[in-house]
Amino acid sequence: MSAVPEIFILCMVCIILGVDAFLPRRLSVITYYLIQATLAAALVFTSLQFSGAATLTVSFSGHYVLDDLAVISKIFIYLFGIFAFIYAREYIEARKIAISEYYLLGLFSILGMSIMVSAYSFLSIYLGLELLSLPLYAMVAMNKDSEHATEAAMKYFILGALASGMLLYGISIIYGITGELELTKVGAALSTFNLVAVMGLIFVMAGLIFKFGAVPFHMWVPDVYQGAATPTTLFIASAPKVAAFAITLRILAQAMPSLQVYWIQILMVIAILSMFFGNLLAIAQNNIKRMFAYSSIAHIGYTLLGILAGPNSTQGYSAAMFYIATYVLVAAGGFAIITIMSRQGVELDKLDDYRGLNARNPWLAFMMLLLLFSMAGVPPMVGFFAKLGLLEALVQAKLVWLAVLALIFAIIGSYYYLRVVMLMYFEEPDESVAQVPVVVSSSMMAAISLNGVAALLIGLLPSFFIDICRISAM
Amino acid sequence: MLQHFPLLTLLIWLPVIGAFLILCTGNEKNANWARGIAVFITVVCLLLCIPLYLGFDPTRYDMQFMEDHLWVRAYETRYALGIDGISLVMVILTNFTGLLVIVAACQSIKIRVSQYMAAFLILQGMIVGVFCAMDAILFYVFWEGMLIPMYLSIGIWGSANRSYASIKFFLFTFLGSILMLVALIYLYNQTGSFLIQNFYGLPLSLHTQTWLFLAFLLAFAVKVPMFPVHTWLPDAHTEAPAGGSVVLAALMLKLGVYGFLRFSMPITPLACAKLAWLMIVLSLIAIVYIGLIAIVQRDMKKLIAYSSIAHMGFATLGCFMVYDIVSHMHSLQDAYMSLEGAVIQMVAHAFGSGAMFLGVGLLAERYYNHSRMIQDYGGVAHTMPIFAAFFMLFAMSNVGLPGTAGFVGEFMVIMSAFQTHFWVAMIASLTLLLSASYTLWMYKRVFFGPIGNDQVAAFRDVTWLEKTNYILLAIGVFFVGLYPQPIIDVLRVTIGHILLQSMPPDLAFNVPTTLYFA
Repeated sequence: MSAVPEIFILCMVCIILGVDAFLPRRLSVITYYLIQATLAAALVFTSLQFSGAATLTVSFSGHYVLDDLAVISKIFIYLFGIFAFIYAREYIEARKIAISEYYLLGLFSILGMSIMVSAYSFLSIYLGLELLSLPLYAMVAMNKDSEHATEAAMKYFILGALASGMLLYGISIIYGITGELELTKVGAALSTFNLVAVMGLIFVMAGLIFKFGAVPFHMWVPDVYQGAATPTTLFIASAPKVAAFAITLRILAQAMPSLQVYWIQILMVIAILSMFFGNLLAIAQNNIKRMFAYSSIAHIGYTLLGILAGPNSTQGYSAAMFYIATYVLVAAGGFAIITIMSRQGVELDKLDDYRGLNARNPWLAFMMLLLLFSMAGVPPMVGFFAKLGLLEALVQAKLVWLAVLALIFAIIGSYYYLRVVMLMYFEEPDESVAQVPVVVSSSMMAAISLNGVAALLIGLLPSFFIDICRISAM
Repeated sequence: MLQHFPLLTLLIWLPVIGAFLILCTGNEKNANWARGIAVFITVVCLLLCIPLYLGFDPTRYDMQFMEDHLWVRAYETRYALGIDGISLVMVILTNFTGLLVIVAACQSIKIRVSQYMAAFLILQGMIVGVFCAMDAILFYVFWEGMLIPMYLSIGIWGSANRSYASIKFFLFTFLGSILMLVALIYLYNQTGSFLIQNFYGLPLSLHTQTWLFLAFLLAFAVKVPMFPVHTWLPDAHTEAPAGGSVVLAALMLKLGVYGFLRFSMPITPLACAKLAWLMIVLSLIAIVYIGLIAIVQRDMKKLIAYSSIAHMGFATLGCFMVYDIVSHMHSLQDAYMSLEGAVIQMVAHAFGSGAMFLGVGLLAERYYNHSRMIQDYGGVAHTMPIFAAFFMLFAMSNVGLPGTAGFVGEFMVIMSAFQTHFWVAMIASLTLLLSASYTLWMYKRVFFGPIGNDQVAAFRDVTWLEKTNYILLAIGVFFVGLYPQPIIDVLRVTIGHILLQSMPPDLAFNVPTTLYFA
């Protein structure tokens, strides 16, 4: 009974597809509520499985696992899914993007993520990954009147297919030398191989790093983030990151513990490059979605620090989980504000559009302020505690220099977050928009307030959240 | 009884809660509500300092008014508050300054009143938090948390070049403190706890201590600010609104010295003793070189900002001279005076420069384009005689005239300096000359002579609200200058204790361990 959430979602997707086909257009809102209810129910089912204790249940002949990592990741995936759809609703209705299909594709993607984080063999990992990715390509392409969106979808699809190919190639190498697909068996078999296994590791990692969007496979991130409709960007930037994190951690820590020395070094290079290029290139952007895209590359770099410190510290993995969960929370809020701002039929995704926001809507500006300072890692926002956990893990793993380096990149990064704050607070709005109020519907207001205040409150009282994110040692 | 009441928590969070209340009053229509609530909260906070002072037992060297709760289990971080003599003095000073700033803002701030009041209340709470925190991460959270309201206050209510100044301020201080964070985590890794007291007396090698010392140095030197990393201060001071300048000068700069006393000296005594020469040299550079720079400033706020750096040089000099004094004199008695001088200098400077910044703010507010240039004024004493008298007093305190606050600390530090090296004392004494030149020359050009222009001729003298502020500050200046005994009483045991903790083993070996600090 461990796969209840996935089976439930699958059934519901089929039912909703059928229901939606017979619903008149004006009642399509029912589809939306059905999908939210599905996610909420899946969230409840998963929460019931959350025991805190490290009970590892393998089922479906070794292809499916239920453990801390899977349950925690799923909770976050469903939660962020719900938020992403709330934020998306008004935007896609206003723009006449195919309404029900959008949510259904999203739900399929969430099902893929769900399968992926629970996957225990390379076969189910690949299936989950593809189920995750294909609907995302379609979701990006859905905004079909936009040139940018079409280009982004094309780029995303081709590069994504390439990455899947690489992942598959790596899997086949590993299968070739071990003859196993199940992760623990692969792990046991790999302890005797070396050089060829490293080849496999590199290809698998290339595929994963692509999904993560870290340097050197980061080229798609800015284009897709910018080109996709903002709610889609929000969706891509939230739940899939958690799933990619979970699967990277599972493959590296469970299937390849014997290759630790190699993947720690590879991750180190990737993390440093991601933090460097992400933070540096973000400074040069004048489109806020693009800026967030580069900032997400940098944040992925930080998350990888936790994974690479994991084997030599007590809480590296948990710190990385906490980091990615809180980052996604904050990033979702950031994109949500862009969505809210953009509702009047124009995309307000230039930095200049945020000039003087404090004068036009102080509460929205304050929420953005909280989210930005959280991304910059300034206490008492939650982003600080996320970084603190990573730094502790790094120092414990005797990588003090890496901790210092990470912080120096954080300072560089704080500049472009501060620049947005500067625009919002220190400047007056352009005269053309000064008198135009920023209209925010009550449901959006509630969601964004919850999101922004969470960034502050989890920062003040982080203990509960950190305990949720605790992944027992693998 | 009083010891168990969470007074410190109240002092930290009451302003923060008040700030959110004020934000709820919304826009300019309710500006008077915002002003009223802000003044009320700060008065209550200042009144709360009375039981704090009365309940404080100056004969104990350990932390008092302790509060200790587990905060973040995963990181072993505790919500641990407590104060000793130095913290007590600084907490009272913070609340006093907070009230002054809010009262001054009631009149001078016209736009976004509620946000201004909220920013400064949060700032006040955070600063009190820094002085009370006994847990390193809690300390760091307050230390960094105060950057946000300060950054906003410079940026929103500052003058023309505010964006540049605010971002420079933020990045400088962020850069400094972030290495401190790594140092703190390293110490946590050694002890398994973030309580600052557990960091004391760790048997760390000189090599490790040196690295830790440098990490702390960067954090605190930026805040003080010391010579090579001082460049943010003139910009931040100049562009900040008057209230922001006052808080910066009176409180934020003190945090750096407080950090030296709380972290650098007790945790890394070996490195401190070894690198004391560096600190002395940097302090002397601040005193002389920055003093010289102050003379040529044409902007009044910049001049006072540079004079602040020079005066804080005395505080750092007093702190780090103790190692030389002990190794020369083999007695803690003389070192004690040096350290005490440093702390008194901190308090005195808060009154003197805080008052001067407030004064310049008042002048600029009356000038049509808010000019702070000395050349735009002249003969102000003719139109504003009462204000001129007050400003004279604060200028004299800045110069270090006996009987004012500025004298006591500088005198004590220079006296002790003679115990280390003649030349150190000589160079430090140059300040008497320098501070007299820049302060009095500025005073002469702004206040004396014929009335400079029509603007100045139209100046009206201080209102009753402003007068209240200046009377309070004048009381402070005379209090520290003429009768500093209550402050010294509170500080005595604490400073003696910090001094003992800050001695490296080989130096402490030479001195008697039981001492009575008179």
